[in-house]
This record gives sequence, structure tokens and C-alpha cells, in this order.
Amino acid sequence: MPVWTLFGLQRGKATIDWPFAGDQDGQEGLCGMPRHDPARCAPDCEACAVVCLPGAIRIDPGPARTVQVDYGRCIVCQLCIEACPEGAFARSSDWAFGVRRRDDLVWQEALASEPGRQLPGKIQKVFGRSLHVRHVDAGSCNGCESELQALNNPFYNLHRLGIFFTASPRAADLLLVTGPITYAMRGPLLEAYRAMPEPHWVMAMGTCAVSGGVIADGYACGRGLDGVLPVDLYLPGCPPNPAAMIDALLMLLGRAPQRVQGGHLGN
Amino acid sequence: MNSAGVQDLRSDALPDACMRVLHEGGRMQMAYAWFPDVEAAELRYIADNGSGRPFEIWRVAPGEATPSLASISPLLGWYEREMMDLCGVRFSGHPEPYPLVLHEGARPSAPPLSPVYRRNEPMPFVPEPRRLPPVQGEDVQQLPFGPIRGDVQESAQFTFIYIGEGILHYDAHLFFKHRGMEKRFEGLSVSHGTLLAERVSGVGSLAHALAFCQAVESACGCEPPPRAQWLRVLLAELERIYNHLHYLGYLCHTTTLKVGEAEGKFLEERVKQINARLSGSRFLRGVLVPGGLQRDLAPRWLGSELEVLRREIHNYTRRLLATNSHLDRLITTGVLARQTAFDQGATGPVERASGLDRDTRRDHPYAAYAQLPVTVAIREDGDAQARMEVRIEEIEIAIALIQHVLPLLPEGSVRSACTPCQAAEGLGWAESARGTVFYAVHLSRDGAIARVKVKSPSFSNWRVFPYTVHDSNMMDYAINEASFGLTVSGCDR
Repeated sequence: MPVWTLFGLQRGKATIDWPFAGDQDGQEGLCGMPRHDPARCAPDCEACAVVCLPGAIRIDPGPARTVQVDYGRCIVCQLCIEACPEGAFARSSDWAFGVRRRDDLVWQEALASEPGRQLPGKIQKVFGRSLHVRHVDAGSCNGCESELQALNNPFYNLHRLGIFFTASPRAADLLLVTGPITYAMRGPLLEAYRAMPEPHWVMAMGTCAVSGGVIADGYACGRGLDGVLPVDLYLPGCPPNPAAMIDALLMLLGRAPQRVQGGHLGN
Repeated sequence: MNSAGVQDLRSDALPDACMRVLHEGGRMQMAYAWFPDVEAAELRYIADNGSGRPFEIWRVAPGEATPSLASISPLLGWYEREMMDLCGVRFSGHPEPYPLVLHEGARPSAPPLSPVYRRNEPMPFVPEPRRLPPVQGEDVQQLPFGPIRGDVQESAQFTFIYIGEGILHYDAHLFFKHRGMEKRFEGLSVSHGTLLAERVSGVGSLAHALAFCQAVESACGCEPPPRAQWLRVLLAELERIYNHLHYLGYLCHTTTLKVGEAEGKFLEERVKQINARLSGSRFLRGVLVPGGLQRDLAPRWLGSELEVLRREIHNYTRRLLATNSHLDRLITTGVLARQTAFDQGATGPVERASGLDRDTRRDHPYAAYAQLPVTVAIREDGDAQARMEVRIEEIEIAIALIQHVLPLLPEGSVRSACTPCQAAEGLGWAESARGTVFYAVHLSRDGAIARVKVKSPSFSNWRVFPYTVHDSNMMDYAINEASFGLTVSGCDR
């Protein structure tokens, strides 16, 4: 038997059972989005907002001076947790942050009763359970690409879920965009979008694509995908880990529930 | 370093100074401009005089037109073009006097890095076609590829001008991903600067943050505690290991060795998971700060895990080096001559595979490297095989270094106070998986960041790479590109 075939057989199965069974998703020890508990906030304290580089934490300019948190801008740097003297931000492993509505990434005191908007119901009817993805790097730091490439390693093995990366936008159902949309990539991105057949969906992956992240504005960048293309799914993270990517892709296909509402991760 | 180590030079003395450095066996490292005043730019040139000797830094006030050094030290050509694009500096006698970083059709109201260009001002842009060399001949074909490429890859546009299988000319159009990172540093605090440095090139997060922190520490004269210095070595070597494993897997992808590809990427994944358990981030982000580490790490379990991994990696690389179908595609592919590597400024495993014996961990040690036995992997052939072999050896050396560090880790704190100083400058560097990262940091009178120059290894190696493609053949291209292990975001910034 050829030596590599034998080697592969001897190595055995490396792929995890998650998300179908078990909870071994490979993300042990990974820091997620900081969990916010405004009940602990000290009056007039702005320590968290001062340390937040991308402006994910802001102080409401109104008289109440409440803390506003937008996870769509969070780069998971954990500085707010270390800066807060009251423990109003806590370390978590909340990374399954895919949402259909951008609003759902903004922390809210009271949850809206309606769940996140469902995608047009036809996605399951049209594609069944499979999906072909065209990825466009619109100026990422390559962290998102590194994790996207990891999706097809034997540990996550994205193919088993019927999700494939495709070379041509003409064969793609989903345009998956990373990066803050640089001035030079805006044109090629729009061309790829126009080349896609109907129906199609668009996903903003990583905090840069969701909001511009640490690099929003400036002479060469925009503020992510909003206002450039209609976005069907947002997944913040810097970068989102491969399990978060799988979770979000399954959510798009209606094969997993949206877990985040009003900035809270439920089950 | 404060500005005491900086040497003043008149712009007309530059050519002689550059020739002296080369004549004495040194090399130019990089050049950049910054604006100490609103009105005038100031140039900085950095020269490397070899192992154990400090970097030379020249401060030059630009005249009407500063003489270009690109014909004396070709690697400076790109730095000069970058200064023309972003800082509005003019050079006389430049062999390639056209835009590099900004695409044709970009019309900034002023040079974007000058203080008069506002931080949030967008830049008007109407794309213009890329200028390519005119080509004649009946059977000559032109193949444009990108900027959106197949699979999951970073954006860049390549044009092949070819006859049959033979490539006559290769054009790499980069900087589609130019985000204006250096401008974003301006006005930030040094702790925010660290976060930004981590996001210049994701797979080099640790090396970029390390070079940035060391530049700030050098500017402000702070010394991280010993435990932090040793842990920095450990983190830097973990970054090298996962990057090199990814490289080996991806190289197998291009030679269609499927099981080899899967194994390389599987081993990479295992190291990324180790990173997450150790630091909370698969990319080792959020750990470094000027003055040491953000928080202590507890790597007691790492030694035994790494030993298991070392055996598996050895088992894997041993097979790669014995697989003829793999090696056949690598041997004599993409040969980079030693002289070209030197002239054009190749760095990291790429230069070491072409016989250039340089590694800042040994030659200009930082963190705790001065106290460690750093072996430098060298090959002479300069082909894809040599570039792979250097990386394989570097994985072994990296694991040995970590195993050396673990039992010697000093106890104690991991962070010393590093109050941002005023009106100071510092240079920091780190040997990343892809080569040397340099950060030059200038702090303003209020202690905020005034200017950061980022020199990433891929900026150096993208300049070199096309020399190995011209006059090669189409079949080898993907293998050759993979064998360089380039990132685009590091180059484009």
C-alpha cells in the first residue's frame, strides 16, 4: 500500500463529532466576548469606554450616562475586563455570535420578544442543506483567512456538513466577506457580487467586515460591509474561531438556531 | 534607544554612506519618513552592520530631491516609492519612479501620512488600468489572475505574460489590501498601539506586537521583568511552529500530496489549540504589553504536550523528506540566487535558504534570546526544497528552544511599569516565522504615538519573489509561491 495512504489510515479519524454530538469543539481556554452586567456599574465610571480601542463600549451622551455595548465592534481584546473595577465585564467563552440583524449585536437591557428575523424561508427549499461559498478578502489582517482555511483541516472537516468553498462567484450561494473593505477591493467585491446568480446571500465575517473594527474609516478603509452590500448574516470576532464559523454557516442554512439576541448569548 | 543613537546626515552624503555600509559587509535594512513638524518630513535610514553591532540610524532632512539609493542598494527601491506615495517625499534618479502602495487613480488631497491629511478623510479613487510592459509576438498570451483568487486566499492580482508553458514576465499587483494601518497608529496610546500592531498580519500577531512593544520599551527605557522576557521567547516560538506547520501543509496542497496536506493542517490546528489554552487566543493576541505581559501564563502542562507533538511532527517531516513525488516538484523550483536575495532584501527562511546567514534572534538578540542557544538553519540551494528544509529544521529548533525555556522560567512578576515617555523614539524588531519585523515608534510630547513605521517580512519577500518567477514555467508557479510562504496583509498594511 502506498506509504501516505497507510499513514493516513494509521492516523485514524481526527474529525470531531461536534456540532452533531458532544461539546468537544476544540475551543478550550479561548476568550469569548466579554459578558456585560450593567447592574455592577459604578456611577460616572467610564473606565471600560476609555480602554476600548474600536469604540465597542461607549458612554451614552444622555443624562443617564449608561454604558452602551456593541459586540459588532468588539475585537475580544479583554481590556475592558481588566479595566473595570466593579466586574461589570466578565471573561466568557461566548463566541457563537452569528446574528441575522445587526441590532442583535447591541446589548439591550430588555430583550425584544420577537426572535431575530428569519432569512427568507426559501433558503432551505432552494439549497436543501448544502451551501457553496465564495470568499472575498476585502482587506483583512489574514487572521480570518487563517481560520477559514482551518475549516477544511481534518479536525473541523467542513465538507462533512455539505458546505464547500467554490472558485467562481457564478457557482456560489453565499458571498463571505472578510476585512473592512479597502478602497481598492471595493470594486472587485461588487463585481463578484454582481456575478452571483439569484438567490444569493451575503455574510460579514469578522469584526472588520461587521463594523470596520480597529481600522474603520481613514483614507483607505470604510466601515465594513454595511452600506456596501445587503448583509444577511453578521459574525463578529477577531477573528471568529472555526467553530463559530461553522455555527454561523449552519444558522444561515436553518440548521442551527441563532444564539445571540440583544447582545446576550442564550442557548 | 532615545534619539542619542541617531546620526545626522546630509541628503547628498547618502550615496557615500550607503556604499560604505555595503563595502564593510553590512546592508541597508529599511527607510521611512515621518513628520516631526507639520511642514517638513524627516527621513530615517536604518543599516545593519552585522552580528553583535547595533543598527545604524541616519536622520536626513530631505532637500529638493533626495538622491535615490535604489541603484546602490536595490531593496531600498520599494521604501523610497512608499515614501513618495504616502509622505510626498521626492527622490532623484529613482529607477522605478511610479506609485507602489497607492493604486493608480487614488487622489489623496495631500500625502496621507502628512499631518495635514485628516485622520478620517476618505481618499477619492477612480480605478485606472494597471500599466504593464508592452509585449509583442504572435504566440504571447496574457493571463490576469485575481485580485479575488481561488479557494480562501488573500487578495492580490497577478498577470502572467507567457508562451505555452514558459513565463516571459510576471507582474504582481499588490496593495489591494492597503488599509492605511500606519496612519491609524497616530494619536493612540501605546497600549492601543499594541492592539493595532497585532492586527497588521494576523498570523504574525505575536511578532508584530513584540517588535512594537520593544520599540516602545527602547524609547522609554523600560525593562520587562525576566519572567516576561522568557515567556516572550516561548510565545514567539509557538507562533513560528504553527506557521511553519501550516506552510508544510499548504506546500503539500500545491504538490497534490493530499494526506501530507491534511496532516500539516491538523498539526497546525493542534498548536493553535495549545495557543488558546495557554493565552486565551489562537493567535496569541492580547498577551503582550509594553513593559512585559498583560497577565501571567501557566505553561506547566506545555512540555509534555509539546513532546507528543514533536514526535508526530518528526514522523510527518521525515515522510515528507522521503517522498519523491513531493521533492520532484520542489527541487530546482523557484531558485533564488544568493546575490539576488541579498540585493533585493529577502528575509527569514527565504534568505536563509539562499545561503544568507542572518537571524535577529542570534545577531541582535532581544527578549531572553541572548541567554539561549539559537541555532540558525541554513541551506545553500535557494530552491523550494531548500525553503521547505529550512522551515522543517526551524520547527525542531523552536520546540527545542521552548523545552529549554520551560524548566528555566524564572518566578516573579511579568509586568513592570512602562510609563509612556515624551518626544522619544525607539526601534524594535522580532524574527517572525517569515523573517524580520521592524517597528520604528515615535512618541509625541504628550506621550501619544506620533508615527509608527511597520516593516513586515512579506514586504521584503514580495519584492524578491518575482525574480524567481520570470523565465520559469506555469506548472511550477503555485508551488513556488507556496514555498515562499508570503502574506499579503503584512505587505500591504
